[in-house]
Amino acid sequence: MGTLVQTLASSPSALSTYAAGFATHEGEAHAATGVTAYAWLLVALPLLGAAVLLVGGRRTDKFGPVLATALSWGAFVVGALVFLAMLGRGPEDRAVGIDLFDWVAAGAFKVSAGLLVDQLSMTFVLLITFVGSLIHVYSLGYMEHDPDKRRFFAYLNLFVAAMLLLVLANSYLLLYVGWEGVGLASYLLIGFWNWNPAYATAANKAFVANRVGDFGLSIAIMVMFFHFGAVDFATVLGEAGTNANQGFMTAIGLMLLLGACGKSAQFPLQSWLGDAMAGPTPVSALIHAATMVTAGVYLVVRSAPIFEAAPTAQLVVVIVGAITLLFGAIVGCAKDDIKKALAASTMSQIGYMMLAAGLGPVGYAFAIFHLLTHGFFKAGMFLGAGSVMHGMNDQVDMRRFGGLSGAMKITWATFALGWLAILGVPPFSGFWSKDKIIEAAFIGEGWRPWVFGLATLIGAGITAFYMSRLFFMTFHGKKRWTDDVHPHESGKLMTVPMMVLALGSAFLGLIIGPTGLFTSWLEPVTGAEPEGAHPVIPVPVLMALTLVLVAGGAAFAWLRYWRDEVAVTAPAGNLLTQAARKDLYQDQVNEALLMRPGIHLTRSLVFADGKGVDGAAGGLAALVGGTSSRLRKLQNGFARSYALTMLAGVVAILGALWVIS
Amino acid sequence: MTTMSSVPWLTIVGLVPLVGALLVAFVPGSAENAKRMALGFSLVTLVVGVVAATQFDRGASTQFQLGEQHSWIPQFGVSYSLGVDGIALVLILMALVLTPICLLAAWRDVPEEVGPGGARRTKTYFALLLVLETFMVGVFAATDVFLFYVFFEAMLIPVYFLIGRFGGARRQYAAMKFLLFSLAGGLIMLVAVIALYLQGPGGSDGFLIERLTGLSLDPTTERLLFVGFFFAFAVKAPMVPFHTWLPDAATESSPATATLLVGVLDKVGTFGMIRFCLQLFPQASEWATPVVVALAVLSVIYGALLAIGQTDMMRLVSYTSVSHFGFIVLGIFAFTNVGHAGANLYMVNHGFSTAALFLFAAMLVRRRGSKRIPDFGGWQRVTPALAGIFLVAGLSGLALPGLSSFVSEFLVLVGSFPTQPVAAVIATSGIILAALYILLMYKKVMTGPKPEGLVGVREHDRLDESGRRGLTAVRDLTTREKIVAAPLIAAFLVLGFLPNLALDVINPAVDQTLSHVQKAIPNLNPAGTLAEGSSK
Repeated sequence: MGTLVQTLASSPSALSTYAAGFATHEGEAHAATGVTAYAWLLVALPLLGAAVLLVGGRRTDKFGPVLATALSWGAFVVGALVFLAMLGRGPEDRAVGIDLFDWVAAGAFKVSAGLLVDQLSMTFVLLITFVGSLIHVYSLGYMEHDPDKRRFFAYLNLFVAAMLLLVLANSYLLLYVGWEGVGLASYLLIGFWNWNPAYATAANKAFVANRVGDFGLSIAIMVMFFHFGAVDFATVLGEAGTNANQGFMTAIGLMLLLGACGKSAQFPLQSWLGDAMAGPTPVSALIHAATMVTAGVYLVVRSAPIFEAAPTAQLVVVIVGAITLLFGAIVGCAKDDIKKALAASTMSQIGYMMLAAGLGPVGYAFAIFHLLTHGFFKAGMFLGAGSVMHGMNDQVDMRRFGGLSGAMKITWATFALGWLAILGVPPFSGFWSKDKIIEAAFIGEGWRPWVFGLATLIGAGITAFYMSRLFFMTFHGKKRWTDDVHPHESGKLMTVPMMVLALGSAFLGLIIGPTGLFTSWLEPVTGAEPEGAHPVIPVPVLMALTLVLVAGGAAFAWLRYWRDEVAVTAPAGNLLTQAARKDLYQDQVNEALLMRPGIHLTRSLVFADGKGVDGAAGGLAALVGGTSSRLRKLQNGFARSYALTMLAGVVAILGALWVIS
Repeated sequence: MTTMSSVPWLTIVGLVPLVGALLVAFVPGSAENAKRMALGFSLVTLVVGVVAATQFDRGASTQFQLGEQHSWIPQFGVSYSLGVDGIALVLILMALVLTPICLLAAWRDVPEEVGPGGARRTKTYFALLLVLETFMVGVFAATDVFLFYVFFEAMLIPVYFLIGRFGGARRQYAAMKFLLFSLAGGLIMLVAVIALYLQGPGGSDGFLIERLTGLSLDPTTERLLFVGFFFAFAVKAPMVPFHTWLPDAATESSPATATLLVGVLDKVGTFGMIRFCLQLFPQASEWATPVVVALAVLSVIYGALLAIGQTDMMRLVSYTSVSHFGFIVLGIFAFTNVGHAGANLYMVNHGFSTAALFLFAAMLVRRRGSKRIPDFGGWQRVTPALAGIFLVAGLSGLALPGLSSFVSEFLVLVGSFPTQPVAAVIATSGIILAALYILLMYKKVMTGPKPEGLVGVREHDRLDESGRRGLTAVRDLTTREKIVAAPLIAAFLVLGFLPNLALDVINPAVDQTLSHVQKAIPNLNPAGTLAEGSSK
């Protein structure tokens, strides 16, 4: 005992000095004044909504959904005011720390709860509250006839509160509360219709896969405390950049990555996301596309100093991102369920972000930028999918769609903007964010830029194919509807949020991308883009290549899914298609490696515990109490004889004592 | 080492429920009156306990406060000596909070009896629960080793009758098994207690903890004594492989008994490890650490796997406790301030958490008439509010961040990592298994299609005569059940966000205990971190 402590304590690099205040790459956090001091309302308002709706029960059925929506917008207003106040300060004075209360103090482990309002967290706050509130509005329409509508809005509010806590927390421990809080909301919403056992299973799967990731996050925090004596961002990140042991940083980085993989559905913990589509579609849009699943990217970017001190961990982040972006893209090509195809796409797009986050300062800003534009266009497309489902009796099989552009004009148009954005067609949003990631991936020396750059490039081509396939199969080509559907456009409550998100898909990138607004905004947190870093392929060539691949992918999809007739039942397909339909056998692998052995282990332990352990322990007990046959006589059920026995025992003991003394 | 108190607070706290028990048992009247009287006495006890707690000084330099000492059997060195440190105080308060909750939850445990003297069983049941409360206070407050032993064994009597007379179908078997396991541990401890006295300074107060702390014992003797005490505590705690009495006892006893048994009485095991094993035998504790930590981690994983495999709800809950006790023991034998504080807080939080699991599960069992998980399914659609609180209890059981159990579990892990990194990492994987045992149970009980033939009362009222045919109406939470649930859920939230309410009381006691250990093991680093400024 204590040997590890001693060995490490003697190594000077492992000792660290206490850094006062929050040190980002350049700035320090300031005390909160004015409206910023009320940033805690961001979390408190939606939390209040969740509490009122859940505790109030049926009494809140009538006004609950509207109240929840209003509180979500309230959080957006607070966010916007804090953002404006932030713009009023110089770039180096924008980060503000808000101390709330002393949370945990045990021995050297002291954590106070506080918020960190800086450019990175505010970017998320605006995304979460704006898209989140739009989706609340959409849900008023989408869930109109659901008898459990109140519970749905309570969970949505709970989610928004937890997600805001996640991004605003000023320590890893408080982040953890938001982190599992969003996991809980996700669990509750995936299983919202859990009278269907498959949906209940999907909810469990999501929570457990996330827990595997949280195992990593827990260990990362444990190692942090061991190494730095603290778990707040100020100390940990401040010291990770100055004097930290690389081995420890690698361990922390890899464990954080495991956490990120769980939350962001990255390889190898990706299997839950497709099943998570069991949740109502607004949930898929908000939680499983725009916000929660991107939390892993936030974690990696927030922990930048740790990853920069651990090149190995950084490399693994890039590898995970590359594998996932291709994995998701391949799966996306084979799915006929519109939501599952979108889910695969989400996985793939987050792979892009993760890859960018692993590239270091050349990638951070673009990881977050893509996260932002993706939040708009993917949420928009999910809402579009929901609108389609609404018009099509909740069907999701794209093979029974087709030609919907006429019946649902707004849905078609808004979806089209999202489609153009994700393809990366200039000047739509995705072009500005994704092309930058492709460029960044081609920066570097040796084999890396070629491998990772090509992965992103090929991914872009496949993305163009599967997204065009999805778009054409749904909105164009021949109508393959079942007889009982009468597609119609959705109501205003649903179409207005779709239109707003479509505007974002179209113009957000153009406004804050080429103007440099976004990169300069984030610079105080993520550091400046290194000078003189050029891709191994000249940028214009790269851009042209990307566009050619995208055009090729889209054209191929046009040939097969618009011009040619789409079969109503899926053709057998080649081996790759079959594998992709089954998510590249992810569930089969998990079942064979984890579930079945686990079930056998549990069953045999239950058996052994009853026979072996209990038997042995029972034998021991019998030895003390007499032979087992006498035992049976003792168990005569008469309390008085038990009492007599015990009395005799006590007398004997006291007698023995007296003799000894 | 003990600050004496002018008012015998601890004796009063212990005496109130005992007086209550006698009145409940012997004052004639209806069962309903007896129950109300019992509840009243437990509430008075709680109030007195809280008042006593306000007399506790967190900054005191002595180990024990609110002390009382009277010579009892001076020939044997036995004194009636009470006193509490922060650890004992929070455990006593936890017991005092849980008792009225359990009494209220037990309101309908004994079927109504008719005829003269018909309230006999009800009265006995509630009186026994109050007697148990007295012993719970005594066992945590005893600062005399022999007095502790007396309470330790005396607790068995009410529990034995509570299980054996007011339990399920196999109650006799379970009660006897409980008694034999406990007696086996207790008798071995008794030998160690006497041997310890003989090793000590002797005299008329030779059993006082403070007189027996810091003895310079021969290593072999110290180890033997350690083993004697530890075995009893490991059975009580319960640790694998001495855990098999618990699932039987918990499933066969009434929910209130199970709650007090697992939530409070079992804590005597882990409390004893801190108070006696570590404080009196520090070097032997260090010597035994590898084995104890291995058993602790084994308990964490084994208990969790067994919980996953259970089909009986009550057995499942008791196996989760085996897993949780593994965490507590790991924190204790990590020998760091953080791990210790975490283990102590864990004991408190686990009390509330396990109470919620047992009592809320019992609400389901009462409605369905079965403890078997496969007999349920789809109950969220029949009793949504009950499903909600059941889920909250489950989330507390799986240590969801934001709830109290997370803080303590994380403190144990973060505090164990510096000295027991491998054990801490393995134990951390327990959080995945915890998600499995809780969520699988929730899924099987609450989700899925609505159970056939059952309908919520509200929906039942809406149906007309023909619609009701063949349907049984099931009530959602009653007012009494809501009152049972509310304080437990409040405890999860309050101690989740303000754990310092308890930690501020616990921390000084942890420092005291570890300073005793450090005297014997100078190279101990209880800070458990590499960073400057926090290590000593």
